[in-house]
Amino acid sequence: MKKTLFIASGVLLLLAFLAGALYFKSEQANQAELLAGQNREGMLREHAPQLGPTAAKVRIVEFLDPACGTCRQFYPLVKAMLNANPDKIHLTLRYTPFHENADQVVALLYAADQQGKHWEVLEALLAAQDDWVKHHVAQPGRVWPHLEGIGLDLAKLRTDMQAPAIRQQIEQDLADAQQLNVSKTPEFFVNGKPMPSFGEEQLRGLVDTALASEYR
Amino acid sequence: MPLNFAQPAHPSGWTLVFLAWLLASVATLGALFLGEVMGYTPCVLCWYQRIAMFPLVLILAAGLFPYDPRVTRYALPLALVGWALALFHWGVASGLIPEQIAPCSKGVPCAVEQVVWFGFLTLPMLSVAAFSGIIALLLLTHYKASQ
Repeated sequence: MKKTLFIASGVLLLLAFLAGALYFKSEQANQAELLAGQNREGMLREHAPQLGPTAAKVRIVEFLDPACGTCRQFYPLVKAMLNANPDKIHLTLRYTPFHENADQVVALLYAADQQGKHWEVLEALLAAQDDWVKHHVAQPGRVWPHLEGIGLDLAKLRTDMQAPAIRQQIEQDLADAQQLNVSKTPEFFVNGKPMPSFGEEQLRGLVDTALASEYR
Repeated sequence: MPLNFAQPAHPSGWTLVFLAWLLASVATLGALFLGEVMGYTPCVLCWYQRIAMFPLVLILAAGLFPYDPRVTRYALPLALVGWALALFHWGVASGLIPEQIAPCSKGVPCAVEQVVWFGFLTLPMLSVAAFSGIIALLLLTHYKASQ
């Protein structure tokens, strides 16, 4: 009897927890979709780096922190989806430097964008992330050796990344993220829809659904 | 064996420890819900209170099967430490203890209330209540066993 009571209480508590978690997550996803619908322009700023054809009907907006390890893990997946559907998917990157000092690295990426080398630099930085992110703190000084061989004008880059315009872009990025309730990276919106829960499978599912409904 | 709920005026020692376990479980799952599901980052003081609360779920369960009233001896120190931390946290959060003495200034500040329910119910308050309940139940268990 006592054992039954104990086990029943334990199971009941866990079920309540799971039900609450499922409910909360679905509410959160609904809320995020609503917010994304209300803030179309907050998702797509002119300064945001873009990849893929503008006519593509599946539009991914990714909020990314170059110092975030999970963002690095997701990057090949996103890239593979773009490569597999070269004229159907378009990617917009929004930078949310949540890690300490990561904003300076984002400034460097924006400056590299002015030289037309944004994606090359981003890929080099993600590949070398372990070297310039220590204990979740970005160390912008350690970034430079990884920029060799990309063909950047490094002196110009150093000057450009200090520009107030770039600072404003980053502030805009962070303000938009806050508006959209993006507090963790990476966060994806596929045609305005957020992932139902976090995971590679969920992102793939979201993109596959969008592909199926836009290109039937 | 009849259910002890039949005579609420004299709950057995087992029921008291069971209720304490229930309280610890609810508090633990609640903390996990806030942290893992709702995504609130626990402040330093919250972490210390979690360290005191989470093991109570296991220790109290171990004292239930077979029932051992001496579980009080092993559970009470944790509950008391957690209670003291919760009280301190409550003081910091409500401004009774000035912020300079608060051990957490970086990361998530302990002095900021992230959650306020019904206009007054805060997390340190709930924590104080949960630890107080567990302590009371454990003391009653001890008292019953020594009779």
